[in-house]
Amino acid sequence: MPEWLTQAEFVIERDPERCIQCKVCVRQCANEVHRFDAELGEVFSDSDKCVGCHRCVSLCPTNALSVRQVELDFRSNANWTPQAIRNIYKQAEQGGVLLTGMGNPEPLPVYWDRMLLNASQVTNPSIDPLREPMELLTYLGAKPTRLKYEGGDEPRLETELGPQLELQVPVMFSTMSYGSISYNASLALARAASEVGTYANTGEGGLHAGIRPFAKNMIVQVASGRFGVDADYLNAAAAVEIKIGQGAKPGIGGHLPGEKVTAEISATRMIPLGTDAISPAPHHDIYSIEDLRQLIYAIKETTRYRKPVGVKIAAVHHIAAIASGAVRAGADFVAIDGYRGGTGAAPTMIRNNVGIPIEFALAAVDARLREEGIRQDASLVVAGSFRCAADVVKAIALGADACYIGTGALVAMGCHLCQKCYTGRCNWGIATQDPYLTRRLNPNIAVRRLVNLLESWRHEIKEIMGGMGINAVESLRGNRDHLRGIGLTDRELNALGIQMAGE
Amino acid sequence: MATRRLLPFKDMGGCSITGIMDESGRRFAGDTIIRSIRNMHERSNGLGGGFAAYGIYPERDEQYAMHLMFDTHQAKRDTEALLDQRATVHLAEPIPTRAHPAISGEPILHRYFVNIEADRGRPHLGEDDLVVELHMQINAEVEDAFVFSAGKNMGCFKGVGYPEDIGEFFRLEEYDAYIWIAHGRFPTNTTGWWGGAHPFSLLDWAIVHNGEISSYGINKRYLRNFGYECTLQTDTEVIAYMFDLLMRKHGLPLELACSAMAPPFWNEIERMDEVEQAQARAIRAVYGGALLNGPFAVVVGSTGRMIGFSDRTKLRPQVCARSGDRLYISSEEAAIRTVCPDPDVVWHPEAGEPVLGELQAGVKVN
Repeated sequence: MPEWLTQAEFVIERDPERCIQCKVCVRQCANEVHRFDAELGEVFSDSDKCVGCHRCVSLCPTNALSVRQVELDFRSNANWTPQAIRNIYKQAEQGGVLLTGMGNPEPLPVYWDRMLLNASQVTNPSIDPLREPMELLTYLGAKPTRLKYEGGDEPRLETELGPQLELQVPVMFSTMSYGSISYNASLALARAASEVGTYANTGEGGLHAGIRPFAKNMIVQVASGRFGVDADYLNAAAAVEIKIGQGAKPGIGGHLPGEKVTAEISATRMIPLGTDAISPAPHHDIYSIEDLRQLIYAIKETTRYRKPVGVKIAAVHHIAAIASGAVRAGADFVAIDGYRGGTGAAPTMIRNNVGIPIEFALAAVDARLREEGIRQDASLVVAGSFRCAADVVKAIALGADACYIGTGALVAMGCHLCQKCYTGRCNWGIATQDPYLTRRLNPNIAVRRLVNLLESWRHEIKEIMGGMGINAVESLRGNRDHLRGIGLTDRELNALGIQMAGE
Repeated sequence: MATRRLLPFKDMGGCSITGIMDESGRRFAGDTIIRSIRNMHERSNGLGGGFAAYGIYPERDEQYAMHLMFDTHQAKRDTEALLDQRATVHLAEPIPTRAHPAISGEPILHRYFVNIEADRGRPHLGEDDLVVELHMQINAEVEDAFVFSAGKNMGCFKGVGYPEDIGEFFRLEEYDAYIWIAHGRFPTNTTGWWGGAHPFSLLDWAIVHNGEISSYGINKRYLRNFGYECTLQTDTEVIAYMFDLLMRKHGLPLELACSAMAPPFWNEIERMDEVEQAQARAIRAVYGGALLNGPFAVVVGSTGRMIGFSDRTKLRPQVCARSGDRLYISSEEAAIRTVCPDPDVVWHPEAGEPVLGELQAGVKVN
């Protein structure tokens, strides 16, 4: 019996007519798929090592390369899929936890695709956003139930609003730590957020000195490892987010291997050079909701109540009760990360099987907070795979104040979703610390692409809202009348709080 | 009946609205407003018309005048049992009507003059709160009964038909009021139902509305936070409750209440001075759920006050005029000139800008 049963997942085809033996592919592939044989003067490819990231395909100057997924490599079986068999071979050979990167790729229902949006006809004129105002400005943070005024002819506002984040577009860049992604990628996210007037999130990677100039457009995270956290860090940012959970791996901590902890990362995370950065599964000072309250208020005290403090949780069962607890504990915003949310590294079993869809989590949380009369006490930010402007509009109509995008932003910077972030050999220079690879991501170009992405989404959101006859995003938020379900059961429609198409 | 309450769509369509107020408090008969609304016959389609009148019950101005409709005698009995249990009924009588060739299928129309004693178990609730609760309870719980209005010294008269016919049917020329507001309906998707006609009313708020609120879905959820159950699936109901919430419960002055419902655009806010800007930003941040989006023009009545108000891009018409003590607000200038041929001034208010008619200093109506 051969020692290795795992077979190549991809097949590389090189068109000999087109290949000019220029060796670009050899230099570009960190997985060492392509090799130049000096004796024969020819480039060869070893499909076994290919991860399907398409770097070589994209950069081949003569379009000589193509990479295809291997088909029919196993006898067909609806139960024992090639992936299931491959996983077993891998584990039988290596005896370890299966690792992966990015969000859940399984063919589970995407409920955004089962919701359709409304538009005006006749009785209510649609609005052309190119000619009329169309307002997306969004404030995140706790709001009072009502405003109080001092009387008289010239009423004066008495109520003081707590700290708010001002978003020009209701989309923010999700938590991606410096460490899981490269410095250039982190910098590009921060710069793009500041150019567009939204926010990027440090994740638990700390705030690198080079990114500090953009801190007023950054949300800093306090996660279970407390990497890079000190009073300066908290006060530098626009807001602070306590990370309780992550959609890709609810209930699981994180682990940045020591070989990635370079001098820069060591300084930014405030940990010794070359040591593993381990984020425990729970915060070791949060074993219940009252402990969370203490941490929220410790941060509020440290920031003198000048920064909104949010809590990020993964979408799991009883999410409504959990979110309600976080709001009552004092969170100014709650970020909920659905089960399709991305990650730099997660155990495959966890990523593919733990958590619930963000659509249901959002619907349940928004409804519950309203029932309890505390919806205005915190803003709702949702994450977990927003792929396009329509997903964002649907989320806002369902009840979100804003969306976080992580994977979408990485894709804008060139990510091809090969799901190998955890290897540190990202050929696109995003999820790696190898200086040879990180140089590939030009921050200026990445910023332009990220800004373009948000600008185009902003246009599309306005166009959709105009069609609905709505000219301010606050009239879209939680306005489930503009959503209709298609191909959903009664239970699903009820859970989402929407009507069926045609009703 | 239950099916009517759960109409799957909100009220949509075009409409005519008109309102006349005498700011001296002098009362005048209902034939004037009927003439005004008749002039806009083309703007409605015979599926609904109605009126609200203020100052019509001066001899009972301490009592809440509840105008009700019942589809069945059982509904009337159930409602009366509830009224006996919860309120003191001073007088119960049919609302006077006359047979009218254009009006048919009318429900049982009755009015009750009531007071509600303080609830010792819930001392924080005033009589207004208890009346609102009773109003909501009848609409939500009593099968086939519906409250047209329940305010002091005012009442709503409405039904299925053209508004001028409805006005004659209710013999409005026999009532004297210092504010009259009227509505002709052109619904596009709901069948005619007497309760679905305008005005919509809560306490002494009465609203006539031309337009469609595209933010309805969130407005009703926002109001639910404060205990308002939108049972009618019409957007006009939302406006009535919103006025009650912002002005009565939250105590916002009229201008601020209107700027919550039809706020200035951010680019206008940016040009304001610092203090104004902080106020405007706070209102938009806090009262986002109260913003009424989509095309609308409304006339709102309440004791001693008539308000005209449109959406922030003014997608529905509204014209105003003054003549002596009288303020006119209407969908069309012609509807004003037909009852007041030579007004002192006629003007078109800006989008979102409220127009206010108020009783002159010292004038008492209740």
